[in-house]
Amino acid sequence: MWNVFKAELTKLKRPSLSISTIAAVTFVTGLVTSLLFLLVDSPEGNGERGVRIGRDVLALPTGVSLSFSNAAGLLGIVALCIFAAQTAQEYTYGTLRNLLLRQPSRMKILLGKLGSMKLFAIAMVTLSAVLAVSLSYLFAGVKDISTQAWATPDARAALVRTFINVLIATIGYGIFGMILGLLFRSPISAISIGVIWNLIIEGLLSAFVTNIDRYFPGQLLSIVAIGGNDRISYQYALFTSYAFLLAGLAIVAFLFKKRDVAN
Amino acid sequence: MSSPLALDVADLSKKYGDRMALSHANFEVPMGSICGFVGPNGSGKTTTIRMLLGLITPTTGSGHVLGESINHPEKYLPNVGAMIEGPAFYPALTGAQNLTVLAKLGGFDTNGIQGLLDLVDLGDRGNSKYKTYSLGMKQRLGIAAALLPKPKLLVLDEPTNGLDPAGIQEVRALLRKLADNGTTVFVSSHLLSEIEMISDHLVMLRLGKVIFSGKTSELLAKQQPVIVAKPENRADLEKLAKIAEAGGHSAKIIDESVHVTGESDFSAKFNRAAFEAGITLESLTPVRASLEDTFFEMTGE
Repeated sequence: MWNVFKAELTKLKRPSLSISTIAAVTFVTGLVTSLLFLLVDSPEGNGERGVRIGRDVLALPTGVSLSFSNAAGLLGIVALCIFAAQTAQEYTYGTLRNLLLRQPSRMKILLGKLGSMKLFAIAMVTLSAVLAVSLSYLFAGVKDISTQAWATPDARAALVRTFINVLIATIGYGIFGMILGLLFRSPISAISIGVIWNLIIEGLLSAFVTNIDRYFPGQLLSIVAIGGNDRISYQYALFTSYAFLLAGLAIVAFLFKKRDVAN
Repeated sequence: MSSPLALDVADLSKKYGDRMALSHANFEVPMGSICGFVGPNGSGKTTTIRMLLGLITPTTGSGHVLGESINHPEKYLPNVGAMIEGPAFYPALTGAQNLTVLAKLGGFDTNGIQGLLDLVDLGDRGNSKYKTYSLGMKQRLGIAAALLPKPKLLVLDEPTNGLDPAGIQEVRALLRKLADNGTTVFVSSHLLSEIEMISDHLVMLRLGKVIFSGKTSELLAKQQPVIVAKPENRADLEKLAKIAEAGGHSAKIIDESVHVTGESDFSAKFNRAAFEAGITLESLTPVRASLEDTFFEMTGE
């Protein structure tokens, strides 16, 4: 498994993927952070679905990590795309047969791939955290928002908590992408179905059907990222979303182990 | 005592739905030989190779690679190098990076990569992205990847596809050298003249069935040699054919020549009989059947 992990890192480090991921993470984090701070006085709101997050809330110890947790959903979509593409491309390039010749244990291939992509997700989330905190200070200065509470131990604890939650959510989205990659064996199909499911199907149904978000992994992962909300607890969101994901992963792992490699 | 086997399969079959891709195949490949694996498109060559390498599960039958059951590919794959259905690599990585991925995966020494690139004449293009490679270069990289584990058994599916004549000659020499050093080479190709030149063993497939398995020389020896006689005067073609038939040999007129079935020692007798009948021969050539002729005759293609 360690050999698979090292081999996968060689692929993940390629400049085309690294640079595009850095660009995507920078764009997503920059967009969410700038909207949160620069629209603080906008009557249309600066949060999700028109919610207004005022200066008093942003000045709290949790204010420094607020934009970071708000970016989790979009970071998750980036992770979903990367995990799905990295998995499904082995079928489209025909490279899966090379991998299996050098490592016949299909479970080791899967676990090694997952491990390396988790490390990639950690790098992504760390970059996003650094950018979110830096931009928060920058925009707080621009909009005259007090940052006194951001340097307190409470703020640091909130930032660490948020980092862990965003990481759990991002990896969860990535696992969802990996499941789709193994299932559809095509990066385009896996990514498009994953994005449509998360952004459109889950999003729309959750907006119109009360409490249905309790059963959608994507919605639950975004709740994990913000540490739970008044309707769905953090524990429920974490265990239910990961139960869905692990069940899905077990099914596709079984298929991956049994399926003939004929391309 | 029989020589040890690099490959042996018994009653090996693979069925996809109602279609039998390979039907009850039986063959053996001795250790250290170069074995050609030939058959028309869709005859089951790649299916067989995939089963031998653990990529697909047989429907029935059994097989062994380097003495280990094909149900446990993890036991023999570290000693097997293969290129199946052409090269497959990551387009955004360089040739060297692609080999590094596979070397790390198999736990092989990455220090030997430049040497392998040099061996397949890609030494100066190892740092170019795979997507910029020509078909021939991709093929060479595929061969380099197959050589990564310093294999005891090398399985190559159409290794000369896309190579120019010089490249084909280099691959032929490389395979011969590997076999001389004890590597068993199992090579499928549609270039039958290539297979005839390099292989000492042969497995021939048609419609998912093994129609020949054994030494190449044995197969070719089964074919009747032919004497091709070309008369100076084309009007003598029929007369010439009758002379051959009178000597107890079958004869066919093809284009401007008479093709007579018979060993080369009949040539002198035939020439004398033609001369005595007043026929001057422009040429008289004994021709031994090639693998291609044999293949077409056996497969009915």
